[in-house]
Amino acid sequence: MSRRAADRLFRFSLRSATLAAALALVFVTFFVGYEALPALQAAGAGAFLTDPSWHPASGTFGLMPMVLGSLAVSLLALVLAAPLGLGAALFENFYAPPVLRGLFQRAVELLAGIPSVVYGLWGLVVLVPLIAKHLAAPGTSILAAGLVLAIMILPTMALFSSAALGAIPAEQYRAASALGLSKWTALRTVLLPAAGRGIMTGLFLSFARALGETMAVLMVAGNVPQLPSSLLDPVRTLTANIALEMAYATGAHRHALFFSGFLVMAVTLLLVTLAGRSEKKEARP
Amino acid sequence: MKTAQAESQTATNGATMTPVEKASPQAAETHPVKMTARKVNVFYGAKQALFDVDLEIRDNAVTALIGPSGCGKSTFLRCLNRMNDVIDNCRVSGEIRLGDTNIYGAHIDPVLLRARVGMVFQKPNPFPKSIYENIAYGPRIHGMAERRAQMDEIVETSLRKAALWDEVKDRLQEPGTGLSGGQQQRLCIARAIAVNPEVILMDEPCSALDPIATARVEELIDELRENYTIVIVTHSMQQAARVSQRTAFFHLGNLVEEDETDQIFTNPRDKRTQDYITGRFG
Repeated sequence: MSRRAADRLFRFSLRSATLAAALALVFVTFFVGYEALPALQAAGAGAFLTDPSWHPASGTFGLMPMVLGSLAVSLLALVLAAPLGLGAALFENFYAPPVLRGLFQRAVELLAGIPSVVYGLWGLVVLVPLIAKHLAAPGTSILAAGLVLAIMILPTMALFSSAALGAIPAEQYRAASALGLSKWTALRTVLLPAAGRGIMTGLFLSFARALGETMAVLMVAGNVPQLPSSLLDPVRTLTANIALEMAYATGAHRHALFFSGFLVMAVTLLLVTLAGRSEKKEARP
Repeated sequence: MKTAQAESQTATNGATMTPVEKASPQAAETHPVKMTARKVNVFYGAKQALFDVDLEIRDNAVTALIGPSGCGKSTFLRCLNRMNDVIDNCRVSGEIRLGDTNIYGAHIDPVLLRARVGMVFQKPNPFPKSIYENIAYGPRIHGMAERRAQMDEIVETSLRKAALWDEVKDRLQEPGTGLSGGQQQRLCIARAIAVNPEVILMDEPCSALDPIATARVEELIDELRENYTIVIVTHSMQQAARVSQRTAFFHLGNLVEEDETDQIFTNPRDKRTQDYITGRFG
């Protein structure tokens, strides 16, 4: 094969791969939307908000308990994981001795690689009984799900914050030191603001990951489709709802599940877009 | 915030300040000693970078540190405000005095020291903040201004001293990173001046600048000499000859020779100095 032909073949394969990836996204979005549409036509979008409860068999499709459930566990996870992840990134970049630095990076990457069902299992056999014993039965709760999710999104938060902090030129830190600033002052007033956008990206993506997580949450959240009134109440998330019911759902019920899937996807896409935007602005000189 | 010790040091400095006559070599000779290095050794891990360096830095004068790459001149410069502390596995022994204080003494906070001995780097490195904030940043952290008007004054004075005020006074809120390279370097000098240091260290401050910007910064260094002690590392012997009153020549980690700049360039005592300034190596 001539070099020119090889080049063309290579370019063609790359283009096809890119196109396939893009098409997959379009296709999935289209399919989920298409399946969700009948639910909107039959019940109207309002029904999902205003129906008092989720009883698909008797025709009430109130998604509010699940929407709030998803938001509650995800926000709790974010509130817990964001300071931890940022703190870990600061430690890694500015305080850890070089030996620890590499070790820490490995540990975080490992944390990211553990399958979610393992986290769920840990939550189920360790965390839930602890909560049940010391706080309130049954233990499966927003708190349990939030804690498990926090550990799961911690790597995302830590790795993005770390990358953002690591991307700041060393001169910035040296300049601040040379002005007679302590390390902490330099971090707080120069480096953290400079890394702000990258850290925001991490926040958005962590939140998106928390919202989309299904298995681990399903195992520890309790899955009662009710409006929660405290952190110790069991809740059901949108994703868990789909996983639990899709196997036997038919007709309007099935379409309603697709609608909730569409909702999760739309919010996730929004978050990822926001993350991409904040990253792009950062890249500007 | 400055400690009482730092305050009194500043006061002492003010009192000993002598009016500067135009740069005749004799005048340079009369400048009191500002910093003294005794038997300074520096190691990077097992590798020794400086050997028993003894050097006196004079007040209200520009001291140039010259020598081929890797000779230890930048390493020595960084000893003077303990910026070597920031580098992993760098070890410094010996004594360096600023006034009467050994800056490597046990009770010395390197953070406070760096407020007295400022630094300008090779590559201009303004913060990603506005021009105004770049200057106001240090003074604010050190609690040097109580009111906005005071801060405005510090910013204007610093920019004027750095000969940048006229060029930026109408766009103080624009980002410092939007300035040209030469302007950025003068902004960095203004930023260093703003915290009112006694000594300013410059690590090849013109190596990233074009000839016109270089000339501008050199002019500025000459003006700053009136109020500050300046130590400059430079690769350019012409620059050393133009801006400095005293020159120290480093070679392979040793301080070979230190004298009035004229003396070094016209009548060096050491063969190595002569070889270097006549371009035989370097």
